[in-house]
Amino acid sequence: MSEMTGKTLARTRWSLRSMWASRKGRGVIYQVIMFAALFLLILILVSNVFYNMEQRGLKAGFGFLNRTAGFGIVQTLVSYNESSTYGRAFVVALLNTILVASIGVVLATMLGFTVGVMRLSPNWLVARVAAIYVETFRNIPLLLQILFWYVAILKPLPSPIDIFQQGESFALSFNNRGLVFATPLPQEGFSLVLWVLSVGVLGSIAWSWYARRRQLQKGDQLPVFWPCLAAIVGLPAIVFFLLGSPMDFAKPVMARFTYEGGSTVVIEFFALLWALVIYTAAFIAEIVRAGIQGIPYGQSEAAYSLGLKRTQTLKLVTIPQALRIIIPPLTSQYLNLTKNSSLAAAIAYPDLVSVFAGTALNQTGRAIEIMFMTLSVYLSLSLLTSFAMNLYQRRKQLVER
Amino acid sequence: MNQESLIRKLRGLFVFFAVGLGGALLLSQTALALGGSSGGGGDYGNTLKEVKDKGYVQCGVSQGLPGFSNPDDAGNWSGLDVEFCRAVATAIFNDPDKVQYSPLSAKVRFESLRSGEIDVLARNTTWTFDRDVALGLEFVGVNYYDGQGFMVRKNLGVNSSSELNNVSVCTNTGTTTELNAADFFRANKLKYKIVAFEKADEVVAAYDAGRCDVYTTDRSGLAAQRTKLSNPREHKVLPEIISKEPLGPVVRQGDEQWADIVRWVLNAIIIAEELELTSANIASHKDSDNPKIRRFVGSEGEFATALGLDDNAWAYNIVAKVGNYSEIYERTVGPKTPLGLSRGDNALWTKGGILYAPPMR
Repeated sequence: MSEMTGKTLARTRWSLRSMWASRKGRGVIYQVIMFAALFLLILILVSNVFYNMEQRGLKAGFGFLNRTAGFGIVQTLVSYNESSTYGRAFVVALLNTILVASIGVVLATMLGFTVGVMRLSPNWLVARVAAIYVETFRNIPLLLQILFWYVAILKPLPSPIDIFQQGESFALSFNNRGLVFATPLPQEGFSLVLWVLSVGVLGSIAWSWYARRRQLQKGDQLPVFWPCLAAIVGLPAIVFFLLGSPMDFAKPVMARFTYEGGSTVVIEFFALLWALVIYTAAFIAEIVRAGIQGIPYGQSEAAYSLGLKRTQTLKLVTIPQALRIIIPPLTSQYLNLTKNSSLAAAIAYPDLVSVFAGTALNQTGRAIEIMFMTLSVYLSLSLLTSFAMNLYQRRKQLVER
Repeated sequence: MNQESLIRKLRGLFVFFAVGLGGALLLSQTALALGGSSGGGGDYGNTLKEVKDKGYVQCGVSQGLPGFSNPDDAGNWSGLDVEFCRAVATAIFNDPDKVQYSPLSAKVRFESLRSGEIDVLARNTTWTFDRDVALGLEFVGVNYYDGQGFMVRKNLGVNSSSELNNVSVCTNTGTTTELNAADFFRANKLKYKIVAFEKADEVVAAYDAGRCDVYTTDRSGLAAQRTKLSNPREHKVLPEIISKEPLGPVVRQGDEQWADIVRWVLNAIIIAEELELTSANIASHKDSDNPKIRRFVGSEGEFATALGLDDNAWAYNIVAKVGNYSEIYERTVGPKTPLGLSRGDNALWTKGGILYAPPMR
């Protein structure tokens, strides 16, 4: 028995020593130590949390998500009322976050690209304006900008009570409650319009693909913009009117204090969106400028000497190459914008942090569970964005043969 | 140095740090486990000793609510809740200035208390079942009987809360007000939209700018915030009270001694008013024949020892250096202050209010 133990020990020592001697073996040992340390760290953190919760007589669990929330939310993309559950409130808040983040990303990209290109303009004034914009907005803390824009947007707008008589109905209004519009109620036959619209979109995609292929093969350019516009907008519109406008509108009506009915995009949404777009676009502009300047000037000169105009050179030669440099930092900005949208709580936009990590947390006292869910959401959103952008990046990657 | 050896060196360093970090954490954890139960810094059962050791009371207050806890330009805090913190410090140190204030948002206040960051929470906090029972907190009493109300512009011509149909309501998150408002409008079948801000200052700004028709919070808060509006006279607080909001100081659950001290500081302030002891006249009552007063000023009985306090004249000190409830009320929120709140429910039970303290004997 003892002999065997001795033998095994000797063999172990021998094998450990031999493992240490080889580079690969050392690598394995490092990894094992590293993994053990990481595991230990997580174990300590988790046990610490549970220990402290137990000390304070708190129990963990997600059962509270099925309880009635009881509070109201000012803007809901899906149906919600006070008797809905906390789980439902979570979904409502999540959708509000996604709404402002997704529209913000699109607008910030458009504004950022425009300003980035403006900064490189040979026109002195245009370049200066862009430079001043960038230097101003990326150097002021975002929270201050959000609060500033909120008051700046809110103050000059009139109250509904100032513009409408009691009992008066209206189709569209932008007042200090938000963008108020008549709720469209699709009637019978409207689905046909939607079908025509999707056919128009698919047809447009096919047409532009064909036009591109033909240009590559034969060199002549087919019109793309106008035919596509006609297919996407014109065709459904004609069908819509031929069917006799199968759409009703539930108009908001002015009551004693404010309007009743209709649909509202709250004013806080616009303030938050505006602030996020202005702020993030300043960073994107610099990324775009860096990307374009990272392309050797010879490329542009070659394009000019082929007779391309400046805009064509940018669109066809410089930007496609610059995209490879632009996309990775651009992804970071998208992630930043999404995470920065959590500052919404300051101006009462009902996002995830404000509603779920705010009101729901306060009412239930479930700090650990709610913060865990909130953190997971931001992590998932970020990972999804990264994933999508990495796919795009791979498509734009320089294919070396 | 070539690249490979550099990488190898860096890797070695990395492992060294990782192991060191893990080891340090493990050691600290063991030390904590051996040394007692101070897991996250919150110590259970030793608050008085800790307070005495550090030499001051860490008091959780609001981020600025006039009349209750509000800092001036020089950073000096004042208000009803602040005076209470000063009274606690006086009971322990015989010095009302031995207080450090932690301005807390409504959201973080309970976590700050539970984690031991503060010793007592005096932050216009409503005593509710859930907070008392489920959150590991202990409410020691009520220092202001409040109720939630509504404020509107006078030119809307509203006289009663029941007229408030189809309104936009501003309030702040992290409090019970959101739920109270929701309950009120649902129970009365009125339509409303709630706009909930994180901080009270933004609520005031938004309401002032016309974002909302109604501002709702505790009525004392409405009186306080109205002073911040651009034209306070154009607004009025509606008479209805839609909820009971007994505001009071809170301590951690699990330290009975500390809870007793804080509870009896509050009671002492109220009893002083019952006995008509004020900061001006208490010195002349030091040798009173009235047994109630003799017990109060510490000439009789050993209440300090029972509480773990050093000075048997702790209640005397509170009244002499901070004042009784009436004095505190009048200089923080009373009719002569900008808040102009009459005593109402907060008058003594003998004077038509509901303010009542158990006897000191």
